Amino acid sequence: MTEGASHPQRALAGGMPVMLRYAVLLLVAGMVLAPMLAAALGGFKSLGNLRVDPFGLPREWEWRNYWDILSGTRYWQLMLNSLIIAVLTVLLTVAVSAMAAFTFVHVRFYGATFLFNYLLLGLMFPAATAILPLFIKIRDLGLLDSYWGVVLPQVAFGLATGVLLFRNYFRQLPSELFEAALVDGCGYFQFFWYIVLPLSRPILATVSVIVFVHSWNAYLLPLVVLNRESRYPWPLGIMAYQGEYSTEWNLVLAFITLTILPAVIMFFAAQKHIVAGLTSGAVKG
Amino acid sequence: METGQLTARWARFRGPGTQWGARAAVALLFLPPALLLFTVFVALPMGEAAWYSLFNWNGYGTPTQFTGWRNFRLLFETPAFHTALKNNLLVIVVSLVVQLPLALAMALLLAGRLRGTTGFRLVFFLPYILAEIAAGLIWRFVYDGDYGFIAKIWQAFGAAPPFVLAEPDLAMAAILLVVVWKYFGFHMILYIAGLQQISPTLYEAARIDGAGSWQIFRRITLPLLGPTIRLSVFFAIIGSIQLFDIIMALTRGGPSDSTQTMVTFLYSYGVTRMQIGFGSAVGVVLFVICVVFAFGYKRFLMRDD
Repeated sequence: MTEGASHPQRALAGGMPVMLRYAVLLLVAGMVLAPMLAAALGGFKSLGNLRVDPFGLPREWEWRNYWDILSGTRYWQLMLNSLIIAVLTVLLTVAVSAMAAFTFVHVRFYGATFLFNYLLLGLMFPAATAILPLFIKIRDLGLLDSYWGVVLPQVAFGLATGVLLFRNYFRQLPSELFEAALVDGCGYFQFFWYIVLPLSRPILATVSVIVFVHSWNAYLLPLVVLNRESRYPWPLGIMAYQGEYSTEWNLVLAFITLTILPAVIMFFAAQKHIVAGLTSGAVKG
Repeated sequence: METGQLTARWARFRGPGTQWGARAAVALLFLPPALLLFTVFVALPMGEAAWYSLFNWNGYGTPTQFTGWRNFRLLFETPAFHTALKNNLLVIVVSLVVQLPLALAMALLLAGRLRGTTGFRLVFFLPYILAEIAAGLIWRFVYDGDYGFIAKIWQAFGAAPPFVLAEPDLAMAAILLVVVWKYFGFHMILYIAGLQQISPTLYEAARIDGAGSWQIFRRITLPLLGPTIRLSVFFAIIGSIQLFDIIMALTRGGPSDSTQTMVTFLYSYGVTRMQIGFGSAVGVVLFVICVVFAFGYKRFLMRDD
């Protein structure tokens, strides 16, 4: 760093010494990670050990805490419920919003702009605003305590983002493709299925990531719609577990660690797509 | 140019007989699922919220006891709702004054080619992908008076540990810390993307002209980052208005309603007590706030972006 005047990062960080920069970064990273690490380690401790020493390594590693949860059915049932709800939500949101976006891009008809703006209204307010009428509606449709009672409203509230992202992407596909396809006798439906969708993998991934993460973490809607524990997704499940074992923090921490584990593994395995998906989706949405 | 292409395409395929039937079939098959789902589960419930808010109704039968504006008057006379509004405002202020500057500082430190930046970025983004419920419960442990860190730090000084979340004066501050912890990484990623758009030649030129670090930040970085900052402020405020899950995991709005926000208030006074009319009135207020804010912000602050 003797003659780095032209390096933008030097200008950005205000000529701060490298060591100091690392010190600040490490401090913040420590504050970010400490609660998560303490939770994971806490799950390995006995209650007495946890009480005396919440930060450090366990005096004796109590694998039992984790093993008891993993060998029971409760944890797996929660994961399965969350997975079913999230997968159904993703498939349906992607299918329905890609179809609608394709129509908005390739078929012009009277009122198209109006309908497009109508769907975009969904971006303006959260599901919480209409949660009580939504509850009444789901009850009257007989969908309380069912996966669909959570999936369908989630799809409806995710549509706006999906339609907007898909439309912006479909519009950028070169129009020569469309012309060539039509000259070759390809109809709209084949064009959509064989040309548009295969070319849209990046945006399909983005929309899927956004919708999946939202559904996987969702709390309010399942809380209102689901009463039976056998249908609970994991955020409801850990709240219930915490309520039952509120005095045994070591078990609760083991349970929390296991429930966030899939998300953390997924995140590190596909971090590029997830970071890009969640932020670009937010920006374009 | 794009629209020009589009128009040309339309002109070409709107000619007589060219696939007119096919286009109608696409519109009639591809659009109704989205419109139906959206109407049934988003638009109608929102309209119904406005309607139900004028009734006193427990959800059974049909709403018959028309009460006019009474629910709204009651709502604005409820002290817990005042607390909720105040807390939402507090979350907004802390997000803008603490969270976003922290995010920007981290982005500035990480925007360059410093060794290890990818790792730091991932770590800082990690809390954002955690479910709010899980993050909230982890921090509930951290704040626990018997087992948590805070208690241990207190004990190290020989004082009796506080139960942070059970103290009306401390609970909200504790929640604010979790909010900053959870969301600053998301804003940092936005800022890093924005910083990478700024051309390095600008910095070079400024250096050559003898500009200091602060001047460069003030005159180049900040103005050019404007659109990104306006966007991140938008997300921070919208998110703050909707804060719910984290509070449910930490305090459920207690102790004695001191940590209610609009949505937790809606949940504890509307949903759990099955006060459909009163709860819908809260929903309507929330809706108006969200829509007015979103339109106003986009209209006045983001019109050039």
